[in-house]
Amino acid sequence: MTAAFPFSAIVGQTDMKRAMILTAIEPGLGGVLVFGDRGTGKSTAVRALAALLPPIRMVAGSPINAETPEDSPDWAEAPGTEIITRPTPVVDLPLGVTEDRVTGALDIERALTLGEKAFQPGLLARANRGYLYIDEVNLLEDHIVDLLLDVAQSGENVVEREGLSIRHPARFVLVGSGNPEEGELRPQLLDRFGLSVEVRSPSDIEERIEVIRRRDAYERDHEAFMTQWQAEDATIRSAILAAREALRGIKTPDAALRDCATLCLAIGADGLRGELTLLRAARALAAYEGDAAVERSHLARVAPLALSHRLRRDPLDEAGSATRITRAMTEVWG
Amino acid sequence: MTGNPAWARALSALALLAVDPAGLRGLTLRARSGPVRQTFETALARLPDPGRRIHPDLSDTQLFGGADIAATLAAGHLIQSAGLARTPARLILPMAERTPPALAARLAQLLDQSPGHTLILLDEGLDAEEAAPAALTERLALHVTLDAVPHTDARPLLPAPADLLAARARLGQVNHTPQDVITLTTLALSFGIDSLRAPSLALRAARARAALKGRTTVSEEDLRTAAELVYPARATQLPQDPPPETEEEDSPAPDPDQSSERPDIPDEILVAAVAALLPSALLDQLTRQQSLRRAAGSGAGARRKAQHRGRPLPARPGAPDGRARIDLIATLRAAAPWQAMRRKTRPDAPGLIIHAPDIHLKRFEDRSDRLVIFAVDASGSAALARLAEAKGAVELLLAQAYARRDQVALIAFRGTSADLILPPTRALVQAKRRLAGLPGGGGTPLAAALEAILSLAQHAQAHGLSPALALLTDARANIALDGRGDRVQAAEDTARLAALCRARALPAIVIDTANRPGPEPARLAAEMGARHLALPRADARAISAAVATALGD
Repeated sequence: MTAAFPFSAIVGQTDMKRAMILTAIEPGLGGVLVFGDRGTGKSTAVRALAALLPPIRMVAGSPINAETPEDSPDWAEAPGTEIITRPTPVVDLPLGVTEDRVTGALDIERALTLGEKAFQPGLLARANRGYLYIDEVNLLEDHIVDLLLDVAQSGENVVEREGLSIRHPARFVLVGSGNPEEGELRPQLLDRFGLSVEVRSPSDIEERIEVIRRRDAYERDHEAFMTQWQAEDATIRSAILAAREALRGIKTPDAALRDCATLCLAIGADGLRGELTLLRAARALAAYEGDAAVERSHLARVAPLALSHRLRRDPLDEAGSATRITRAMTEVWG
Repeated sequence: MTGNPAWARALSALALLAVDPAGLRGLTLRARSGPVRQTFETALARLPDPGRRIHPDLSDTQLFGGADIAATLAAGHLIQSAGLARTPARLILPMAERTPPALAARLAQLLDQSPGHTLILLDEGLDAEEAAPAALTERLALHVTLDAVPHTDARPLLPAPADLLAARARLGQVNHTPQDVITLTTLALSFGIDSLRAPSLALRAARARAALKGRTTVSEEDLRTAAELVYPARATQLPQDPPPETEEEDSPAPDPDQSSERPDIPDEILVAAVAALLPSALLDQLTRQQSLRRAAGSGAGARRKAQHRGRPLPARPGAPDGRARIDLIATLRAAAPWQAMRRKTRPDAPGLIIHAPDIHLKRFEDRSDRLVIFAVDASGSAALARLAEAKGAVELLLAQAYARRDQVALIAFRGTSADLILPPTRALVQAKRRLAGLPGGGGTPLAAALEAILSLAQHAQAHGLSPALALLTDARANIALDGRGDRVQAAEDTARLAALCRARALPAIVIDTANRPGPEPARLAAEMGARHLALPRADARAISAAVATALGD
């Protein structure tokens, strides 16, 4: 397995990169939804992000990537005490995956051959403390979507089946990607994603050529290419780490809160999740840019990411959702 | 060399794939089964890497490996079976047009993660509607169509294996100029190919061809062959004239040294080469891109067997393949009576002794998705306003489609023909775009409409959907099936096809849209075995409600 394409070498796609960096700083944002055509670099960005993130420390062999031996669940076999570091896990959830594979189930082989009741952890366990990536999330079967929503919200996976009663932490950042032309995503699931991004392949010929050029260099002159971009990746990584530290100290003036509320009212977003996500994303952005407090400029840059998928769908308004938000911002904030 | 250009292209695609399997990822072959394809497969078998045939029903265990339950039970300890993913190979998938989305997703994942695998899709699709999943064809560089090749032209002539291996060794030294990158990217854009994978793959194909020809620089000929193999199947538009001009202004600017070194590439020739290979009905291709999605289930349609959800049915014995779940209780119940006897042969075995035939699998009864086909009379005789109402009803139904798990399709008929305006879909975005430009006026080709409906319904059934029809018309047919304006013939054709609808038991409702009620719609409904509903002044909401109740939930 060769190293993933460097994150910093992805041409353009500022919104997508920004959204991913924000979730890396503040995992509580609740995931990213990337909508766009095939071949726009969605998968590349997700895999690049995993390589970019700092490694996590975990108990060796822990099925749920536990941080300390005490956190290891009792059903895990012989929880070791050795602590290792490994890259942030990114787990792929393929379409057509069965419920058993997602939540984990009774280990049938062991039940039948040894007569033991053992739990075979699923993808949710493996994704704990990392990323769960669903390509073509809009084509995923409904019952799996329900299940994911439930776990993503509670941060805990509860398995009650075949005589097993097991719960384990499953805190992960959900990254979904898909092509809206192939089917819509249910509004309930849409709302659960913190940020959403719409990606297009660049229409500028120079930019397109640059993409091909870098991809080619990556494939042909791998080592040199990686060395060239690793420095930039390292800069982003240390900025993310610094931002995580700084996040706590970011001030949120009342004016910013008011800005959030008026904007969400103006666009008529359902519920309060919009405001909360907007604020959190703005704080993460402020931390990333080394500012001390949330300002309107931060809000303005994350508002399309945090709100575009929370608009009521209006069949008569042909304008894209991002346009509607920009319009609302100029109306409300002047 | 063979004289047939299509066959020559197929062979050069194979040779290129042999030279750079990791870079080109594979090949899509669109051809019906027959002697020509047989010859192609013979040539395929002569490539240096090992080939494995897979099938669209391939299970997860077979692909990625897992516990071999039958062997495990026989041996009494865990036996893992190695999946196809373990050993890099050329995977050959016949009947690729029937690949379920789940397998397509997993194969795409396999291609993305393991560079050793290549995939050959043998697409036997009959019409433009049937094609291999786009998630796979998008990732594979090469695309070959063999339908026009007479089998006397097809001979499996490939470069000698030693030459292929030599070319593979040479591949690392092949260089291209920055100008080549620009040419291929511009060319892709002029054909409306949005994906950036295409130019990337074309570049690799060009380098592979240079290596094959024993050169270390990419020539114009290489670029052309690469473009011919990679672009035509992906094109979404014919190139307009302006792009080549602006491009000529751009191209010398970025790197003057390079272009002086070698004559500038005549882009028009490249454009012509690709354009010549574009499928004759490009528009067909465009509508095809959203071909019928295989139904997911739990809809309002017919009952069918399912493996994961729905109402439980009694368990059946069967081999676990990683998709169906084992019914533990039924398995134990099947094994229980034999314990005493089995204990005699294996006295030291711990626990229950279970043999492979005891294993029972869970089964469920699920409902398939329903497809509501709206057929709208857009002729001059039907009030034009009707069209707007029908559009509104389709949008309303689509908006509720998620709850009802219905898919919606729209056929409009006017003038001399019936057209599928909206292929079966659940996507609102796509539907709105298609509905926006729908003209009205002309004769009433009712027979042609029924023909189109029947073929769509049959197609939908083949994809596991349950079709239902809502026909909005005044039923005053005046265009015969052959397109002539002959009322008598038109009535005869209509009656014949209506009887066919009845024979196929297509659930239907005829919505009478005539301003003055006449006997025709009621008669048509009777002939079709459909319900008749007179709605002289309906709005979109009323139509949507009527359809929902009439087709029964």
